[in-house]
Amino acid sequence: MEIKMLLIISVSAILVSNFVLHRFLGLCPYIGVSRQLDSAVGMGMAVVFVMSIASAVTWVVYRYFLEPTPVNLLARWLHVNPPDLTFLRTIAFILIIASLVQFVEMVIQKTSPGLYRSLGIYLPLITTNCAVLGVSILNIDQDYNFLQSLTNGFMSGIGFTLALVLMAGLREKLELANVPRAMRGAPIAFIMAGCMALAFLGFAGLKIG
Amino acid sequence: MSFKKDLIKGIFQENPVFRLMLGLCPVLATSTSVQNALGMGSAVIFVLLCSNIIVSLVRNWVPAKIRIPIYISIIATFVTIVDLVMAGYLPDLHKSLGLFIPLIVVNCIILGRAEAFAGKNGVFRSILDALGMGIGFTLALTIIATFREILGNGTWMGVPLFGPSFEPVLLMILSPGAFITIGLLIGLLNWTDHARKIRHS
Repeated sequence: MEIKMLLIISVSAILVSNFVLHRFLGLCPYIGVSRQLDSAVGMGMAVVFVMSIASAVTWVVYRYFLEPTPVNLLARWLHVNPPDLTFLRTIAFILIIASLVQFVEMVIQKTSPGLYRSLGIYLPLITTNCAVLGVSILNIDQDYNFLQSLTNGFMSGIGFTLALVLMAGLREKLELANVPRAMRGAPIAFIMAGCMALAFLGFAGLKIG
Repeated sequence: MSFKKDLIKGIFQENPVFRLMLGLCPVLATSTSVQNALGMGSAVIFVLLCSNIIVSLVRNWVPAKIRIPIYISIIATFVTIVDLVMAGYLPDLHKSLGLFIPLIVVNCIILGRAEAFAGKNGVFRSILDALGMGIGFTLALTIIATFREILGNGTWMGVPLFGPSFEPVLLMILSPGAFITIGLLIGLLNWTDHARKIRHS
């Protein structure tokens, strides 16, 4: 049952409700970093990495510190009734993500200079990428458990990368095309994104089970 | 003169959506109807105004190295206020904007204005800047929503415009419609700019 649920979450995160093309999250890097295939792959990998970690950490913080449940650790440590701190969700999550990105950047820099060279410049950009905060909040809204949240984070990152890499491939070809002057750059990229979204709408009819 | 420019620039020359292309996610996601667009626009104006005021008040005490986390905390506070107030008084609107209310925190316009303007200028000018940028954002959002709602649903602000024989273009309400509308609008603006440049020279 659990495996089936995870499969449904994965397919839905990558294809049916693709983060960029269906949920409109992470559009700034989608339009900004999709000029070259190399940088698109780098950005995509960085996003997958950060989104997976962020999903796991924010889920744990929400469940064990913010929600007024019997497992609330604050209540256990301070010997009080579990406080309802769920209104702090937005502030807590964005600060967690910001410090997490900083931390990941430092760890990668120390442990793997090769990886740092390829991902380094993209990591600071990710803090303000709404896809990361978006997936953390979605996990809570959908009532996912820990494993489901982690899967959703990872697979949504893959879906983001898929859309970004497809777009970069198309835009590299587009360099050679004769586009009307007014439509060059971002406008034609938006039109292409619209066509891709149209293609991805086809997955909405997908049935599993 | 300069005060007037602070206010006007966000609406036209530096329109955050059409010119700077900032904060696109909520623009595309919440422009399915004009009501949603106005709701989102007023939420952004409120957060932008409050955060610009506070940032410009504390700008001399904030150490440069940790200014970004401080700005983000200030913005997140006001976003939480909007989120809770809207959930309490306008539950329908809150439900249809959904995820995009908490995501105002990571809207690049707000952090961008705090960093580029309010962190360097006085309170009065920061208020004007926030109003200009906020109105520019709302205007752009409403224009896109007008196209999408009329074509995709046959209504404007929920009022039916055409007779029952009108067949709505469902595509405009779905996600591809958003991308195509904004692409064509930016293209149109580029084209008018270019035409004006040719006329001037």
